[in-house]
Amino acid sequence: MRRAPGVALGLAALVPLAFLAVFFVLPVSGMIARGLWPEGRLDLSGVPEVLGRARTLRVLTFTLVSSLAGTVVTLLLGLPVAFVLYRLRFPGRGLLRAVVVMPFVLPTVVVGVMFRSLLAPGGPLGGLGLDGTWVPILLAFVFFNLAVVVRTVGGLWEGLDRRAEESAATLGAGPWQVWRTVTLPALAPGIVSAATLVFLFCSTAFGVVLTLGGLRYGTVETEIYLLTVQFLDLQGAAVLSLLQLVAVVAMLALAARTRSRREQALRRVGALAATRRPRRHDLPVLAATAFAVAFVLLPVGTLVVRSLQVGPGWGLGNYRALTDPDATAALRVSVTEAMANSLRTAVDATVLAMLLGLVVAVVVSRRPRSRGWARTVSVLDGAFMLPLGISAVTVGFGFLITLDRPPLDLRTSPILVPIAQAMVALPLVVRTLAPVLRSVDPRQREAAATLGAGPWRAAWTAEAPVLARPVLAATGFAFAVSLGEFGATSFLARPDRPTVPVVIYQLISRPGADHLGMALAASVLLALVTVVVMGLVERLRVGSVGAF
Amino acid sequence: MIHTRPRRTTTILTLALATGLVLTSCTLTGGDDDEPTGDQAAPAPSESQEPGADDDAATATAPAPTPADTGTVVLAAHDSFTLPGELVAAFEADTGYDLEVQLSGDAGQMANQIVLTAGNPTADVVFGIDTTFATRVVGAEALEAYRPEGLPESVEEHDLAEGAEAYLTPVDYGDVCVNIDSVWFANQGIEPPQSLADLTDPAYEDLFVTPGASTSSPGLAFLLATIGEFGPGEWQGYWEDLMANGAKVTSGWTDAYTVDFTAGGGDGDRPIVLSYASSPPFTIPDGGFEPTTRALLDTCFRQVEYAGVLAGTDNPEGAQAVVDWLLSPDVQAAIPDSMYVFPVDDTVALPDLWSQWAQVAEDPIVVSPRQIEAERETWLREWADIATG
Repeated sequence: MRRAPGVALGLAALVPLAFLAVFFVLPVSGMIARGLWPEGRLDLSGVPEVLGRARTLRVLTFTLVSSLAGTVVTLLLGLPVAFVLYRLRFPGRGLLRAVVVMPFVLPTVVVGVMFRSLLAPGGPLGGLGLDGTWVPILLAFVFFNLAVVVRTVGGLWEGLDRRAEESAATLGAGPWQVWRTVTLPALAPGIVSAATLVFLFCSTAFGVVLTLGGLRYGTVETEIYLLTVQFLDLQGAAVLSLLQLVAVVAMLALAARTRSRREQALRRVGALAATRRPRRHDLPVLAATAFAVAFVLLPVGTLVVRSLQVGPGWGLGNYRALTDPDATAALRVSVTEAMANSLRTAVDATVLAMLLGLVVAVVVSRRPRSRGWARTVSVLDGAFMLPLGISAVTVGFGFLITLDRPPLDLRTSPILVPIAQAMVALPLVVRTLAPVLRSVDPRQREAAATLGAGPWRAAWTAEAPVLARPVLAATGFAFAVSLGEFGATSFLARPDRPTVPVVIYQLISRPGADHLGMALAASVLLALVTVVVMGLVERLRVGSVGAF
Repeated sequence: MIHTRPRRTTTILTLALATGLVLTSCTLTGGDDDEPTGDQAAPAPSESQEPGADDDAATATAPAPTPADTGTVVLAAHDSFTLPGELVAAFEADTGYDLEVQLSGDAGQMANQIVLTAGNPTADVVFGIDTTFATRVVGAEALEAYRPEGLPESVEEHDLAEGAEAYLTPVDYGDVCVNIDSVWFANQGIEPPQSLADLTDPAYEDLFVTPGASTSSPGLAFLLATIGEFGPGEWQGYWEDLMANGAKVTSGWTDAYTVDFTAGGGDGDRPIVLSYASSPPFTIPDGGFEPTTRALLDTCFRQVEYAGVLAGTDNPEGAQAVVDWLLSPDVQAAIPDSMYVFPVDDTVALPDLWSQWAQVAEDPIVVSPRQIEAERETWLREWADIATG
């Protein structure tokens, strides 16, 4: 009787698992096999050679150190922002939430160029002497990933019952003690989830490392790209991909252990009951949030200013060119048309990511009694994170050599674009929903079951109310990811229906101030659309309060 | 209680099925091909200044009889490929094929995609294999021999050697050259550099920026230029001097040109940049008559882009028709404005701005494609040690 929902869930999990097998496991293993079994025979002769290169060690060290530093700094800045945007109530909060997500959709090359414009010797912040050092890379990591911390942790924080903290305070605990003994343990699963994601995003960052690192700082990801694309050294690339795989699996295992030790059922209330108006002692976190918002807006501001530059003067010429299909011979469609393509694709990808993500989140948030099942569930949990940790080049080329026979000759199918984007968004959805689901006391479901509800009904009664807001948060997030996704899309995009990031890349790699101006204006448009969409999602969240 | 169990299983199965259905239906709508895309549906009479454009539009809008549908031909190309919609429409009207273009990342990514799928290609024909990757693709037996007939004479001078010319036909070429901000040099009263060797002169200390060879295709072309100029044993010393003279290496052309270059639209502080021979026309100021920058024509490496029929295609005739089309006068004439490179056919007229301001090198630096293929990896590693250490 008790196992039935487990079996049912197991069956449901087959759908996302099948996706993962076809669109990730198969291509990656195919690519690794091509590197290590070149003539149908296992050839490991190159392994010690690749691992022995001084460059490999340097690249590995830089990847680890920079990703760790990026994760720590993003967490330190993101937590106060999550508190302010999800626990405090003040006008303009929805807009700020949307602004924080904006960096997520900005094309990395554009952001890289903007950071460089700020920090280059002639730029406004050139005096700091940071151009060409590792600092801009770290700043960019924080810039891009702040949203991950804010939304993942914020989604969990928003519904937490404030009364536990208040009773601790009443009993004489100082703010630091309340935070350490009450709040932090409650948020731990969310923080670990966010940290895992941020680390994966940092360690596989590609365009931004390439642009900001000059050529001195390479990561495993850029190295795999070079080995594959420049040298066609598939063996070297396979060795590094395997190394990456092992490292990511180890990290996920560590994260899973940390998370499960911290997990606890939480008292949850409606968001209105949990938030309060800012008070005087909130000043430090408010200041941190103001700093974070300014930090996000600085490169974006540079972007806006430069997009308004037309020749020696100022104007909206770059924006007018966006609607004109004949604005430049470099593009076959107008940028606004590309925006329509982007929106359509993003809707598909979001629906896909949400459906799969919900199933996965529900499955991995269950705590089966048997140890074997528990282990299976935690493996499953990690499995869907793997695509974030593996080089897009490996996956992309893997598609070409494994999905090349009927019935799975999918290499040129248009369906692949939303699927690839959904694979990127899926871990974000799972990471946003799973901690919330885990915080629901299983006894609530059991209580509902005792009262005669079937397992689905029981789950619905206990979990749907707390899930409503995080689901909306995740939906907006997934949508933003698909809007901005470039890596996989560039492999698969069809030239007659390019997405905006693809068009921006086409523009920015051509000479001429007009092209640069249009690329910048298009980036501003992309950011604006994101803020509007996220703002709408925030509105929806307010509307949903009455429903539950 | 017992009878609830099958019901549960049914629910879950229904749910899984529904999920699957929703998934497929929604993605299928997204990939729907029925909607016309703007440029093909209505080739709007363009008011652009390009000389040839109006004639092309006229041919396309003329009521052409619809020929029998002879299927689709797929062209694999790198991201920078684009041609006016009118020309594509004309090709489709003339031959009856539907032309589908498949973009496959940058030139290197595309070349490797062709190598990896040799014999079982995702396309029928490829455009954009360049000098630096040509030998690798031919060597992988990814191409079928094909050579269009009646090619203009000027095509031959861009041909590959040693039999490879049977597989790849030149379509366009571009010269990668050092560019200078002539206005900056005039204002400073400094004599601008002329040659690669000049760049190591202390007079030009901290003035030069170039994208790196391992991450950028013009950057690789520049490395090859220095190898061609100074020889396989000497270029390392040149690069050491160049770096010692304060050369800056960025990862891509975009940030070298738009951030560091003084005339690239940003507020850069370096008046010497690695770019293309075709870049100067883009620096004519609004209301001005001449560019503010100039390409140093003694520093150029020539990159030729080739097209070829893919081995294992189901549609060799269609593939050949595409190669013929790429070398037709109309397409050759459209290449400068669409892709910012020179057509291999020197009988077609260049756009006005080009014939006036975009010169080609008379004596470009050459390195044989076979040698590039053999030494690329070694050179890049040596280069990385010197320039990025």
